[in-house]
Amino acid sequence: MTRGAQAKTENVAGDGLLSALAAIYPAERILTRPAELAAYECDALTSFRASPRAVVLAQSAEEVVETVRACHRLGVPFVARGSGTSLSGGSLPIAEGIVIALNRLNRILELDPEQRTAVVEPGAINSQVTAAAAPHNLFYAPDPSSQSICSIGGNVAFNAGGAHCLKHGMTSSSVLGAKVVLPDGELVELGGESIEPVGPDWLGLFVGSEGMFGVALEITLRLMPSADATRTVLSAYESLEAAGEAAAAVVAAGLLPVAMEIMDKLAIEAAEGSVKPGYPEGIEALLIVELEGDHETVDREFEQLLEVLEGAGATELREPEDDDQRALYWEGRKSAFSAVGWLSPDYIVQDGVVPRTRLGEALAEIGRLSEENGIRVANVFHAGDGNLHPLILFKGSEEGALQRAEELAGEILRMCIRLGGSVTGEHGIAMEKRAFLPEMFDEEDIEAMRRLWRAVDPGQIANRGKMFLPEEEPERAEAADPDGAPSSPAVAGTAGPPTDGGSERRGDGERTER
Amino acid sequence: MSASLRADAIEEAQAALRGHERVLARGGGTKPALSSPPEGTVTLDVSGLTGIEDYDPEELTFTARAGTPLGEIEDALAENGQYLPFDPPLVAAGATLGGAVAAGTSGPLRYRGGGVRDFILGVRFLDGEGRIVRAGGRVVKNAAGFDLSKLMVGSAGRLGVMVELSFKVFPQPQAWATLTVDCAGLDEALALIGALATAPFDLEALDLEPPGRLWLRLAGLADAMPERLERLEGILERSGERLEGEQEGAVWSEVRDFAWVVQDAAIVKVALVPKRVRELEAKLEPLAVERRYGAGANIAWLAWPGERAAQELDDLLRSLGLAGVFLTGSPARPMVGTHRGGAFAQRVKSALDPSGRFPEV
Repeated sequence: MTRGAQAKTENVAGDGLLSALAAIYPAERILTRPAELAAYECDALTSFRASPRAVVLAQSAEEVVETVRACHRLGVPFVARGSGTSLSGGSLPIAEGIVIALNRLNRILELDPEQRTAVVEPGAINSQVTAAAAPHNLFYAPDPSSQSICSIGGNVAFNAGGAHCLKHGMTSSSVLGAKVVLPDGELVELGGESIEPVGPDWLGLFVGSEGMFGVALEITLRLMPSADATRTVLSAYESLEAAGEAAAAVVAAGLLPVAMEIMDKLAIEAAEGSVKPGYPEGIEALLIVELEGDHETVDREFEQLLEVLEGAGATELREPEDDDQRALYWEGRKSAFSAVGWLSPDYIVQDGVVPRTRLGEALAEIGRLSEENGIRVANVFHAGDGNLHPLILFKGSEEGALQRAEELAGEILRMCIRLGGSVTGEHGIAMEKRAFLPEMFDEEDIEAMRRLWRAVDPGQIANRGKMFLPEEEPERAEAADPDGAPSSPAVAGTAGPPTDGGSERRGDGERTER
Repeated sequence: MSASLRADAIEEAQAALRGHERVLARGGGTKPALSSPPEGTVTLDVSGLTGIEDYDPEELTFTARAGTPLGEIEDALAENGQYLPFDPPLVAAGATLGGAVAAGTSGPLRYRGGGVRDFILGVRFLDGEGRIVRAGGRVVKNAAGFDLSKLMVGSAGRLGVMVELSFKVFPQPQAWATLTVDCAGLDEALALIGALATAPFDLEALDLEPPGRLWLRLAGLADAMPERLERLEGILERSGERLEGEQEGAVWSEVRDFAWVVQDAAIVKVALVPKRVRELEAKLEPLAVERRYGAGANIAWLAWPGERAAQELDDLLRSLGLAGVFLTGSPARPMVGTHRGGAFAQRVKSALDPSGRFPEV
């Protein structure tokens, strides 16, 4: 482990760091007391925790730049944090470093309806961008389930997705430009305002770089015009596989839904236990399909959609009566992660992707693994793009339960790789799937990514420890924890402060002493 | 005349890179401003790296070698009722998939569907040292690792030699229709573009032929088309000329393949937004440069006269803070105007091409 070296850095940087921060921030915006730091010690991946040396609450881009420059000067690592909703541990603090909290930098600086652009600060909340755009008949397309609290800066760092990226693409497709402070304090502008850039797509590389290339200070977003008509249908099936096949049939029919989601019985039960969306009762699987576009087209396509769904064996089709009911149906789906708290004190949420034609196969395999291991798995997923979100339920207080759940999660990820997919569709690698990146990519590919990282951040201070396993460790050896279990694919409780019932597993490679 | 090498296999491309100090890849050669080697640089012809390796129509994705002609890909997709929504230009002229990515060129349909960057899923490329690097994947959604696929878009052979690419595609619309309307002038045309930006109406393409002619393209169910055209005319508060069928398709093929560009002029792409059109028009009008605006005036396509120096356009764009790229012609450097990226660009370049084997961006 590298703890000795890290402790040394800390000692050297210690006092110098705090006085450097004090030169930038008033005392009330520098948090150092354990009680103040507690709220920042993890994000939505609560099983990894680390207490940073300090948290600074930035209120201007200049403060962020000065902070990054001070960190560079002193060799202190930093983690930029928006709302702390990362499901992969993306904003997990570095014990010997600081957290730059960006949630006060939350203004929408500019909104230009005719250019369909908005310029926002990194702490701006996702759904507030759409709220600001709505009066102009525009919206911001990426809609992660946490959209009411997650920040645009975090969305950019992790290339967030959402239910509606089937048609509109991931965050990357909705970001046009960014002003960025690089890890050594240098300022650069990437991209611009146009939807059609010229020259190498530097911005495209920055989006999804998991905070390792610096901090976005201002982000230019692309807005989309709200559709003339939206039609949604709930379609019930007798099995999860049947729902998966129905989704494939929709794609095969040449329809291009804006969203296509599946929930299994457990996930439906969880939703009904909390949000009460009023889904059809007593069903095994629910397929939600939404079409958007001009009403002249959508009304006709919707008839075709219903035929396809019925032909695929739907036992019930239900259309929302109005926009409120449609919103409730979506709330049921989007709250599924937190609603699972109804069923189990702890769970792991996975984010693997399989080719969409192999969904049925993947679901059958997950069911088999669940049964074989005697571990309950709830399934909610973006069926249209093959992005699975199995929720592996366990009781953290039970001896070895976490480890068994992690092993199952690892099996699912390996299946995704085997079927030609990816270990993450939208949550990112960060802490959670570091050990699985080498299973998806060759050593040379990862070495190329590391070279890029070292070139952009020679001091390796920006969110280090994420995406790649620490270099000092042989990668395969690091992939096993001291108990010999595969290293932490994922553990998440509900977003928010850690609970006592939550898993007490500490982040490997991170200091956790407080 | 610079030397030229040909690679029909990845190993040959690797050997070529390792055996030469300065190398620039060339695919179909339809965008010579980007593939003509500077002094002392060897051309690496990768047009032999062809073939669709994997295409499952039900998956709506494909993987092909970078030198595969786009025509071949479009034909394979069309057989299954699918298409490339980013609408790459110069297909008939022999453009390749890798060339479209390297040039970062999308056609009129990108207004709604998105550009090359929105459809690319994964890449295998050779870095400046000839090492194979794979990034992204073959599935439609993937957030694992740095997104080097996007970086290749517009990189013009300056960051790597692509050997294999994966893309997503969409089902082809059943029918197309086009409406052209003539406005009193540029101001009126731009006002309509602004109004359409927030209108609840799906337009596939929106081109401006200055000063005042708008080209609006619709796609979807044939049955719905008459009603939609009528509603569109309502939004525009004027009626236009309708085009349908073969003639309609031919009009847009000519646009995307630059049939309107005169023989000795160079094709230049400029990135901008509608609010910058007036300033650019004020500069171009006196120079008698043929031009057309695409993607709702997010792109200006210029036919830069052969007798005018590239430097003049470089200066002109810099004065406006706009970025442009020559696709044809023989400028000293293809990238003109104000380009962003700064230190980030330099560091990425140094990581992917430490020996400076590829020309400067």
